[in-house]
Amino acid sequence: MAKITFIEYDGAEHSVDIQDGLTVMEGAIRNMVPGIDADCGGACACATCHVYVDPAWSGKIGERSSMEESMLDFASDVQDASRLSCQIKVTAEMDGLVVRLPKEQG
Amino acid sequence: MSGTLIIGGGQAALSAAAELRKHRYDRPITMLTDEAVAPYQRPPLSKAYLSGELSRDRLWLKPAAWYQNAGINLRTAVHITALDRGACDVIAHTGERIGYDTLILAMGGQARRLPVPGTNLDRVHVLRTLAETETLSAAFHEARSIIIIGAGYIGLEVAASARKRGMAVTVLEAAARPMARTASALVGGWFGAIHRGYGVDLRVNTPVKAIVGDEKATGVELDDGEMIEADLVLVAAGLSVNDGLAATAGLACEDGIVVDHQARTEDGNIYAIGDVARFHSRLYDRSLRLESVQNAVDQARVAARAICGQAVDYDPVPWFWSDQYEMKLQITGLIEGADERVRRGDPEEGRFALFHLRDGVMIACEAINSVPEYRAAQHMIATGARPAPDRLRNPGVAMKTFLP
Repeated sequence: MAKITFIEYDGAEHSVDIQDGLTVMEGAIRNMVPGIDADCGGACACATCHVYVDPAWSGKIGERSSMEESMLDFASDVQDASRLSCQIKVTAEMDGLVVRLPKEQG
Repeated sequence: MSGTLIIGGGQAALSAAAELRKHRYDRPITMLTDEAVAPYQRPPLSKAYLSGELSRDRLWLKPAAWYQNAGINLRTAVHITALDRGACDVIAHTGERIGYDTLILAMGGQARRLPVPGTNLDRVHVLRTLAETETLSAAFHEARSIIIIGAGYIGLEVAASARKRGMAVTVLEAAARPMARTASALVGGWFGAIHRGYGVDLRVNTPVKAIVGDEKATGVELDDGEMIEADLVLVAAGLSVNDGLAATAGLACEDGIVVDHQARTEDGNIYAIGDVARFHSRLYDRSLRLESVQNAVDQARVAARAICGQAVDYDPVPWFWSDQYEMKLQITGLIEGADERVRRGDPEEGRFALFHLRDGVMIACEAINSVPEYRAAQHMIATGARPAPDRLRNPGVAMKTFLP
């Protein structure tokens, strides 16, 4: 279990508990966090679950896979902190993680 | 105060409800689904769910609390038998009349039945709904062999899932190659070879004469008289579209309910979206009916916006995907009508893309384990780009350089 805080583009914050093994995207959907559409359901096919995660967390959440990297390469508003939340599996180590949502998903 | 009534419980229906609320639609929204459960993801049914890698509780598109929070009245196991456009009512199997101000038809389709004897036998399965998948999944546990009729996406994905469980798998396809309806000869043939490599007995040009057995199916008889035995039979012969309700109510239907660029039928109060809707594509200059998540979600958004007075036109760059073994197939655009094909990468290495051009313009891309090619092609199709074939073909030229 990890407490993860989602911050919408307009600043609205949602802190939710997500159980281990789910993805950050699934945790957002289950907790009704707006702004994460995840059209493809986590197949890494649509890039509608784009989030920003402080790169300081990369040790705990893992690096981008090459598929994720390629999806993000062609997404809007991409930054160094960009991740696809369907590709991040939650572990207890991620307690306190903060993810921000891009403008396009506002 | 009838508000909007949505017939259907798939991804199009759910997306329409969610988008209406997102655009601050404040009237009542009712969803009627003939399934016993709330909306769920269909794509994993034949893939991770059937192979046991994804649990049932991860299929739901929204948590139960969402419907209450969003003010969506979801009613399950309601079968709609008629549409009374004069009264603005639909009629349920119980005789109940349910009124609407705006109606969204999102009934999708059902697994097509084969016109051969024996399809009603026990142990003959189809896979479209969660309930059908659970019946098949339960049968998987006791079965050692399966015959799959049809080598489309569903048939091949189930073949991969069944091989992962160690079952003997026979796939019978009437056409000359796998995925003949949606993929090119190169890609369809390549997937066929992959399946054979994993031990699937895949036969093309092989129509089925009958499914055989007393009570329980024990196998299949081919057109040439050969008998093949198996514990289970899956009919994966495509989708039969649920447009009968609309057709009976006098709405124009041509293998799907005909809608305009805002997903509206000829009745201004009635929209149709997703698998059940047929629309005109300006991009491809022809009438299309798409069976995909992309179409379900994006056409739902268009309908919701039109209902909220923020109309936008629907003219999508379609996209599809399929996961089989370790292969991720991603297709964007439609390959029909291409006059030039450009391959990038080596099929022998399990990673390549096939671009389809017409008059030099990018119209489609089939990508196998090749996400940059797929994503760049999506952009190029949307903008009508005319990439130089020599550069496309050269893996040394980064795909990003094809974008403005």
